[in-house]
Amino acid sequence: MDSLLKLLKTNARLSAAELAVMLGSTAEEVNAKIAEYERQGIIKGYSVIVDGEKADKNAVTAFIEVKVTPKADCGFDELARNIMAYDEVDTVTLMSGSFDLAVTLSGTDYKEIALFVARRLSTIEGVISTSTHFVLKRYKEQGFFIADEAEDERGFVSP
Amino acid sequence: MDYNKLIAKKCIEMKPSGIRKFFDLAAQREGVISLGVGEPDFQTPWNVREAAITALEKGKTKYTANSGLGELRSAISKYIDRKMGVSYDPNHEVVVTVGGSEGIDIAIRALIDPGDEVLIVEPCFVCYSPIVDLCHGVPVPIETRAEDEFRLTAAQLREKITDRTKLLILPFPNNPTGGIMERRDLEEIAEVLRGTDILVLSDEIYSSLTYSGEHVSITQIDGMWERTVLVNGFSKAFSMTGWRLGYIAAPEPLCAQMLKIHQYAIMCAPTMSQFAAIEALENCDGEVEKMRQEYDMRRRWLVKELNDMGLCCFEPKGAFYVFPCIRSTGLSSEEFCEKLLDKHNVAVVPGNAFGDCGEGFIRISYAYSLKHLMTAAERMREFVEECRSGNC
Repeated sequence: MDSLLKLLKTNARLSAAELAVMLGSTAEEVNAKIAEYERQGIIKGYSVIVDGEKADKNAVTAFIEVKVTPKADCGFDELARNIMAYDEVDTVTLMSGSFDLAVTLSGTDYKEIALFVARRLSTIEGVISTSTHFVLKRYKEQGFFIADEAEDERGFVSP
Repeated sequence: MDYNKLIAKKCIEMKPSGIRKFFDLAAQREGVISLGVGEPDFQTPWNVREAAITALEKGKTKYTANSGLGELRSAISKYIDRKMGVSYDPNHEVVVTVGGSEGIDIAIRALIDPGDEVLIVEPCFVCYSPIVDLCHGVPVPIETRAEDEFRLTAAQLREKITDRTKLLILPFPNNPTGGIMERRDLEEIAEVLRGTDILVLSDEIYSSLTYSGEHVSITQIDGMWERTVLVNGFSKAFSMTGWRLGYIAAPEPLCAQMLKIHQYAIMCAPTMSQFAAIEALENCDGEVEKMRQEYDMRRRWLVKELNDMGLCCFEPKGAFYVFPCIRSTGLSSEEFCEKLLDKHNVAVVPGNAFGDCGEGFIRISYAYSLKHLMTAAERMREFVEECRSGNC
């Protein structure tokens, strides 16, 4: 990944001028490159890393393993599209290994997620089984420490 | 007992490091955000840690040869050759030391007789002058200037040379200024030294952290290899400060003498660290480059930020320090640092801790994450504005 993308991933709010200084480039060049990445769909959007637990004490996230029967003509894609159409669904990923689709969901409480899985997810045609895992604590997400701050073990001043 | 009467005079006269004082001040406070450390914030690369673990598992925990593991000395010799095109015989011209610091210590002790003058390029790392003092040598500072980007010039060198000059200590890339010596600068220095009996102690511990082309060592310049003790180590390049491992490379007659001191004082450098160091030299080019790029990004950002807030600094092209001038605030280096700590809880190091000519400057380390640097810079900006409006 190039250094511009890496920097944006750690802080998407850096201004073009700041990025330019760090990369030894100009703000115009940086803006042009970002626009190009957006056009190519390499940059999909800009988001924020939220500690959901702090924002809403009752918020619940679940990770669901879904086994499906792929369709002859379009494989897993159509099923994945059906699942990702729900607003509650945060991520959908096709996996190798003992299940097919990994789905993450967030809801306001356990019941809401349980009901969603029972009524919406498992009833989709082609879904063979689901296995729901609730997230108990998040430690790190997208490179950011969620549970604890990173600690600097070094002293304050050294030669 | 009057201990002061019993302790060696040279030791009692030795001043504690000016850096230490700020450490103590900062340590007493809550919520301090520091830009004061001289060690990398990165973890030691995993493969290096793994090599040490393997050495431990295999029970490789005995003494090594005094000069270090043969395999490590070979790796060091190859590494120097690969990076700088200079060759040292691993069997007679390399000694593995406990950090670069030990290398500096044994080099000075092996070379300095009472009354010998040692030219020390300042501002610089804090250990040279006290060690020269302990050897009853005479430290002679050469003060470099911001307008020269803190390079040593031939004229400055020539001016300080006397009949008693034994050694020139050349610390580049430089802590605290971030200054470097380019090839043409070194050529000029070499021109002054050629034909004299003056030796050089070249402390190149930051050699892998340069940001404008490859590092050039004075050993690469004609007629300099034979008069130079090269000091380097693993702390800065491979983020291995706590492993305490460095090395010296020098012509055999010098090495043999330094080895004697090393053998009586140290025996050998830590064995597990030595095994890890082989891995570092042979398989970490990518990791080192990644860290260098990260430092470079922070460096560019920080230099711009400091200049924007009115703390002028030249562009440092090595190490991981910026050395801005703080005279525009009307404060001395120590006042600046004390007040910045007191009012905004940011710890930086006063420039005069690195020699008198560092007065009017502060050392800022960018061995910190960008996020950390940004928070600290914001606080510094507020402080500088307060100073400008007479509120500090």
